[in-house]
Amino acid sequence: MNFLEAAMQPGSVDFLYNIAIIVIKILVVFGVIMLHVAYATYFERKTIGHMQVRLGPMRVGPHGLLQPIADGIKLFFKEDIIPAQSDKPVFFVAPVISLVAALTSLAVIPFFDGFVIADINVGLLFVLAMSSLGSYGIILAGWSSNSKYSFLGGLRSAAQIISYEIAMGLSLVGVMMLSGSMNLTEIVKAQEHYPLGMFLFPQLIACFVYTISVIAETNRAPFDLPEAESELVAGYFVEYSGMRYGLFFIAEYTAMIIMASIGIVCFLGGWNGPFEIPYVPFAWFFLKLYLLIFVYYWIRATLPRYRYDHLMDLGWKVLIPLALLNIVVTGIVKVLL
Amino acid sequence: MNAPFYIAAVVAFLSTFMVVTRRNAVHALLYLVVSLLSVALVFFLLGAPFVAALEVIIYAGAIMVLFVFVIMMLNIGRQTAEQEREWLNPEIWLGPAVLTLVLAGELIYVLSRMHGRAYALSVVSPKQVGIALLGPYVLGVELASMLLLAGLVGAFHLGRREGTGGERRP
Repeated sequence: MNFLEAAMQPGSVDFLYNIAIIVIKILVVFGVIMLHVAYATYFERKTIGHMQVRLGPMRVGPHGLLQPIADGIKLFFKEDIIPAQSDKPVFFVAPVISLVAALTSLAVIPFFDGFVIADINVGLLFVLAMSSLGSYGIILAGWSSNSKYSFLGGLRSAAQIISYEIAMGLSLVGVMMLSGSMNLTEIVKAQEHYPLGMFLFPQLIACFVYTISVIAETNRAPFDLPEAESELVAGYFVEYSGMRYGLFFIAEYTAMIIMASIGIVCFLGGWNGPFEIPYVPFAWFFLKLYLLIFVYYWIRATLPRYRYDHLMDLGWKVLIPLALLNIVVTGIVKVLL
Repeated sequence: MNAPFYIAAVVAFLSTFMVVTRRNAVHALLYLVVSLLSVALVFFLLGAPFVAALEVIIYAGAIMVLFVFVIMMLNIGRQTAEQEREWLNPEIWLGPAVLTLVLAGELIYVLSRMHGRAYALSVVSPKQVGIALLGPYVLGVELASMLLLAGLVGAFHLGRREGTGGERRP
C-alpha cells in the first residue's frame, strides 16, 4: 500500500525515481533467483548422485558445472509439440500461471534488513494466496492436455494442494501469534529476543508441520503423487515439451525456494545469524536457504513415495490436528507468560 | 489513486460478463477467478489488505479450485455446449436482465445521493479486523463456526461408507 501510494503521487518529483528503484530491485531479485533455480538442479543431481554412490553430472565443464546451462539451451531448442485435441488457450496459459504465481511471491520476501520489493502488512497471507493460485497451473495443465495421465495427475494435485494448504496456513498462525504481525520483516525482527534468534524452539511443532506440508505443497518426493513416474508417466505435464515444460520446471524450483525462504523467515530467524558477516548482509539467508534445499534433496533421496490415501490421512488426521494443537498451546503460553 | 481502482473495476465487470457468456464451463470458471482477483484488488485499494488476501486465498484459491475440480470430473462434452447455447436465448435472459436493471437503477440512485469520496481513507490492519471480530462481533463468529461444524459433520456423514466402522480405503 505504501509503495503504491508513493508511486501514484501525481506530479511527485520522486515518481520516476521510485519506479526506477522498484524495477531495479525486481530485476536483481529475478536474476539472482533464476540463477539459483538453474544451479538448484545441479545441486540436486550432485547431492542425490553422491547419496547413491555415483558422481552425478561430470562431463560439461569442470565437475559438470556448466550442465544447467546446457540443459537450458537444450530445453529452449527442443520441438514444441501441442496435442491436437487439447484446449489450446488453456494449454498455453497453464505453465505461465504456475510461473507467475511462483515469481510474484518473491516480491514480499525480505532477503536482508531493508531489502524487500513490496513491504506489505499482509506479506504472509500474500504468499499463501499466491501458492494457492499456483495450483491452477497444474490443474489446468492436466485438464487442457486432454489425456488420462495428465488429467489424473491434475486431480491428485488439486486435492493434495488444497489439503496441505490448510495445514501449512495453520502452522504459520503460531508464528503470527508470537510476532503479532503478518509482515515478514517484522516477523524476523520479533525473533531477535528468542533463543538463537529463532522461532524454531518455541514453535517446534509448527516447524515440523510446515516442513512436511511444504514438501507436499511443492509436489516434491515423497509426496510427488501428481507426477508419479511409475503410474502416471509424468503426471500433469506429460503432454508438455520444450520450453513449456521448462516453465513448469522453473516454477517448481522457484516455489521450492520461496517455501524454504518463508520457512527461514518464520522459523529460522531470517537474515540474522549467530554473528554478523561483514559486507554480505544476505549471507546467512542464503546459507540457511541452501541448508533447507539440501534437506529437500536428502528427503527425496531417502524416502519412498507415499500411497495416495496415506498421504491424505497424514494431511487431515495428523498434520491439521497437530497444527491446531500448536495454536492452542501457543495461545495458553502467551496468556500465562 | 483512482486509476488502479477503475482499471480493476472494469476488469471485474468484463470478466464477470465473460463468465455468463462462455459456453465452456471451465473457461467460464477461469473468468470467474479473474473476476475474484480484480475484486480482491478493489478491496486492497479501498484500504482492506486483509480482506483482499482472504478473498484470494479462500474464494480464488480454494473454492474455485473445488469448482474446477468438480466440473472436470463431470467430463462435459459437446452436448453441454449446445445446452449452454440454448440458455443464452433472449427469452431466458429477459427476466434476470429486468431484475438486474431494477437493482442497477437503485444503486445509481444511492450513489448519486452520496456526497464526497466513496472509499475509506485509512488502511484497516489485520489486527483491527481481529479485534473487531472477537470483540463486538464474537457472537457472529461463534454462530458461523457452529454452522461450519454442522457442515463438517454432514460432509463426514455423507462420505462415510455403509456398514464399515468409518475406516475406508479407496
